[in-house]
Amino acid sequence: MTIDWQQALRRHGLIAAFGLFLAAVAVGAEGFLTLGNILDVLRQVSITGTIALGVTFVVVTGRLDLSVGSMLTLLTVIVVDQHNAVGPFGAIALTLLAGLGIGAVNGVLVGLFRLNALIVTLAMLSLLQGVTLWYSGGSNVNVAGAGETWFAVFGRGSLLGVPVPVLIFLGGAVVASFFLKRTTFGRAVHAVGGNETASRFSGIATARTVAAAYVVSGLATAIAAIIMGSRVMGAQNTIGQGYELTVLAGIILGGTSLMGGSGSIWRTVIGITMLGFIQNGLLLLGFEYYVQWLVSWVVIIAAVWLDLAAKRGRVLA
Amino acid sequence: MTALTSRMRGTTADWLLRNHIWLFLALAVAVFSMASPYFLTVNNLGNVLTQAAFIGILAVGMTMVMINGEIDLSVGATLALASALAIGLQPAIGVWPAVFVGFLSGVALGALNGTLVALSGMHSFIVTLGGLIGIRGLVFVYTGEEALMVEDFAYTDIPEVYLGPLSLTAMIFLALAALFQWVLTSTRHGRETYAVGDNIAAAHDAGIRIKRHKIINFTICGALAAIAGILLSMRLGTAEPNAGRIWELWTIIAVVLGGTRLAGGYGSMWMTVGGILTLAVLRNGLRLLNTPNYVELMVMGSVLILALGLDRVLAARKGAA
Repeated sequence: MTIDWQQALRRHGLIAAFGLFLAAVAVGAEGFLTLGNILDVLRQVSITGTIALGVTFVVVTGRLDLSVGSMLTLLTVIVVDQHNAVGPFGAIALTLLAGLGIGAVNGVLVGLFRLNALIVTLAMLSLLQGVTLWYSGGSNVNVAGAGETWFAVFGRGSLLGVPVPVLIFLGGAVVASFFLKRTTFGRAVHAVGGNETASRFSGIATARTVAAAYVVSGLATAIAAIIMGSRVMGAQNTIGQGYELTVLAGIILGGTSLMGGSGSIWRTVIGITMLGFIQNGLLLLGFEYYVQWLVSWVVIIAAVWLDLAAKRGRVLA
Repeated sequence: MTALTSRMRGTTADWLLRNHIWLFLALAVAVFSMASPYFLTVNNLGNVLTQAAFIGILAVGMTMVMINGEIDLSVGATLALASALAIGLQPAIGVWPAVFVGFLSGVALGALNGTLVALSGMHSFIVTLGGLIGIRGLVFVYTGEEALMVEDFAYTDIPEVYLGPLSLTAMIFLALAALFQWVLTSTRHGRETYAVGDNIAAAHDAGIRIKRHKIINFTICGALAAIAGILLSMRLGTAEPNAGRIWELWTIIAVVLGGTRLAGGYGSMWMTVGGILTLAVLRNGLRLLNTPNYVELMVMGSVLILALGLDRVLAARKGAA
């Protein structure tokens, strides 16, 4: 039996490269591959990761969601502010509802009205920033009596040594993966992204599928906002700025195609976690935090190019 | 096809239908003129143009790339790098050489983006998203997270040249828009840029050198981002490592608001200038009326969605006719 290297590289090249990177950092930085540090990295990526689980649905339909950063800010402000007003239960319920609502607005505009996803979600990025400033009156909000509330468990708690945000992220990944792979909805998401016309002719409600994907994205962002609010016990008006780009970078790095139709939750988990390990590894090696951006640049280009090259069997287009 | 274009070229009404952003701009100017006595003054309009010029220059480059069917998310970071180099290198090599190196950095990064897109076949959204992250990293590495300040403040006097109410910065913006409108309509590169954006397979079959046009357009876009960065550094006298952050988004918003299609093959500099001026007038007018910042953000978002809807309706009507 011969090994088809091209096939192997195509399927597992990313993991192999990631393994090489981990090994290289582990040689240089003490304490990198310890359980404690690994859990630390997972905790750090849990917020971006949770958002990315939802955005993956949108990306697999062949669309984008650039509003999640602003949405995260608004929802974190809401959860923290409402915690003081109606208590943790009410705050969580309201935040989840708000996330579903904003996702639905995106979904109606992109799915039902068929407006361009990039522009709609860019517009929402600006609009939600405005709503945030209006809601908060421009000032920071803090959880009153941060020491006493059980709300702290989502961002700061741990269960059997595993931080709760990590459990939410990984548990969410299992649920999301089930929905994306094993349900009618998940298959519709893939079908719409793969070939919208064909899926419409085979009886899939494409508009509703796209809209639902945005609702999932809003829900995931709401869950991330609960983690964020609980970890910080407060919210500034810029707390989620730029998250949309990190989330997309992680999804792309995982190998999910922006053209839609292909992609999976586990790829997103790997992509996001890789970004986390790059950041953590470089810091442990003693680099300034912004060096990770340079490395991410190279890694994203290299990973996507390799993926494409393997698919078409040629390096150059 | 020729019958269609000659018919569309026909009347002013047709021009306005294609450039409906100018109608919207006129409406916005009318509303703000009535609402605020300070709006319709020569001084204020001159200011609006100067404020619009920085994102405007970015938008000229973005329009080239977008008509080509691509997108460039890295312009804000490129602007920041050029502005940091133009100020940071002055003590070592002098003012104009530093400005030149800043300009070259934009040319080089634009060429790099274009070459990566052309050679790899990756979507430009991914290539330039990587660029956005990485180039910002370069800025931080170069500045060490500090804002760089110019040593000799004579530097900030360079753009203080006025032609009536028009600042040098505004003149450069308008001149670049006119220049690249000419490039789009009257050069082979311009026409082939439309062709590639409209139908890349057909363009390829027609023997158009797709890769070359993409590399040229990304290089133009990077170069213009550098020019905007240098002008910004002259205006402020400092270079912030966070300068131009999320400006790429406002740039894209302005270009699309103007009517240039994200899908490529359709658009013009006049549309982009209309989009830029509309955003600038909205912003300026709302501020003159003392509207809080959040209203401005909400209005901008809503206007964009409305414009997109309007574009859809107009396109549908054109298709039906």
